[in-house]
Amino acid sequence: MMHTDGYVLDLCYLVSSVTFIAGLRMMSSPKTARNGNLIAAAGMLLAVAATLLLSGDHASSEVLKLAIIIAGITLGGVAGWIVARSVKMTAMPQLVSLFNGMGGGCAAIIGLLEFGHKGGDAAARSVVAAGMIIGGVSFAGSVIAFLKLSGAIKRPFRMPGYNIVNGAVLAGVLVAAGLAVVAATSAPAYIALAVAALYGVLFVLPIGGADMPVVISLLNSFTGLAVAFSGLGYNNQAMLTGGVLVGAAGTFLTIIMCKAMNRSLVNVVFGAFGSPVAAAAAGTSIKGSVKDISVSDAAVLLNYASKVIIVPGYGLAVAQAQHAVHELETALAAKGVNVSYAIHPVAGRMPGHMNVLLAEANVDYDKLLDMESANPQFATTDVALVVGANDVVNPAARNTASSPIYGMPILDVESARNIIIVKRSMNTGYAGIENELFYNAKASMLFGDAKQVLAGLIAELKKI
Amino acid sequence: MEQLIAFAGSNIQMVYILILSVFLGVVVIGGVPSVLHTPLMSGANAIHGVVVVGAIIVVLKTDSTNYAALCLGFLAVVLGTLNVVGGFAVTDRMLEMFRPKKRRAP
Repeated sequence: MMHTDGYVLDLCYLVSSVTFIAGLRMMSSPKTARNGNLIAAAGMLLAVAATLLLSGDHASSEVLKLAIIIAGITLGGVAGWIVARSVKMTAMPQLVSLFNGMGGGCAAIIGLLEFGHKGGDAAARSVVAAGMIIGGVSFAGSVIAFLKLSGAIKRPFRMPGYNIVNGAVLAGVLVAAGLAVVAATSAPAYIALAVAALYGVLFVLPIGGADMPVVISLLNSFTGLAVAFSGLGYNNQAMLTGGVLVGAAGTFLTIIMCKAMNRSLVNVVFGAFGSPVAAAAAGTSIKGSVKDISVSDAAVLLNYASKVIIVPGYGLAVAQAQHAVHELETALAAKGVNVSYAIHPVAGRMPGHMNVLLAEANVDYDKLLDMESANPQFATTDVALVVGANDVVNPAARNTASSPIYGMPILDVESARNIIIVKRSMNTGYAGIENELFYNAKASMLFGDAKQVLAGLIAELKKI
Repeated sequence: MEQLIAFAGSNIQMVYILILSVFLGVVVIGGVPSVLHTPLMSGANAIHGVVVVGAIIVVLKTDSTNYAALCLGFLAVVLGTLNVVGGFAVTDRMLEMFRPKKRRAP
């Protein structure tokens, strides 16, 4: 090993850190986003290659370890690539959550192994323990979030005194970690990690569907923090900058998302959003009747409209109807109808989820209106076509102070001349509350699977 | 407490990086349009995959005869690489769809 190797390694980490910062900056703007991601990936490749080639003493006994590392990278790389390339676009949120969990798990294992290496320094062991615990929480929490989003766990799980149980488990994590730091042996470290994982499970289990994006973003910043602690423990600048950047940016992104839903982070984590109690309280007050509309009548209404705004929601994603909705848009445009899309900031399961899906179906970027530019347009709109959206168009957010979504900005579909709501049933959305929009005199319900209904509309339009 | 202060003092440059990076992280994604929230989250997710560097170091540091630790280290490398490769690949797939020009139908 040449004596300059250490400096070269440090310089490589410096370059990597810069690519992470520049990459994140570029990812914040649509034009440069893709290149930003590639630049950050190149920086990552440099960091990994430099670590492999320049750290360690490379004695002959290292051959086994190098083989282990290369085998691990190959296995993880191939599996990650295949999964990332083959998964459906609708499954994106849970996939991000799963990959996040992998990173957390990696940080947790590093912490566990490092415990054996750190001798008498209690402060250094605290740093290692912090990385291990946060990584463990992030791993377990992300796996639960993955299971919830992919439908394996259906209902939010909450029992009386949940916050007390959670608090007790969290205290248990801290005590076990404290013991591990003081005792400087591995056994308490294993216990601390196990309790941390239990806390991660309990932390995510009760959180309702509408809040999942916030939780994934939060867990993302947790993993960032865990990586930062590992980096601090290793005196490794690339890990430190990468981890802290993601920890800070992730927390900031989490807050932005909470703002878009008019929820506080404390409420998301400790509140009872979507709990049966709140749903029952908010759901009893609506009177009136719901009007049905047939596919052919809806097609006629759309055909003679001059301006239509489509409001997509998660139902559209579930039904895989993004291509069908684009087809409907083209069919209407061919008849001279002005069609655009109104995208609520938290439509779908993640902010920007709808944009990603519609972009996949080749919908023109210019036709996607964000909430601020869409809302003034509804007053001059003939038909607002709501496809699988619910809470983001619920007037209760404006009118009912007792509603759990009160204060959340919503799309102003009520000002449109006609409202057609494509929905599978009268079931409530993720917030678990009734929607008085469905009882509006201007509103008609078009029941059915979004994809089939849209296909029906396209067929009827062709007949007219 | 004394040990913690001593630790911070002897690693003061790292502590500086840590504090400054917090501000940087917030500023650098400021003004991101909501359209890009999902890809940005996914991209940030890939970046914390740098934890794989730590996994490589921990394997290199492990005693060659400690097979249990080597197995755990192997698992850490696999998980870290999944985070990196999967994260960047999935982000690229999302961003691929935000091309400035609309693709022509064949």
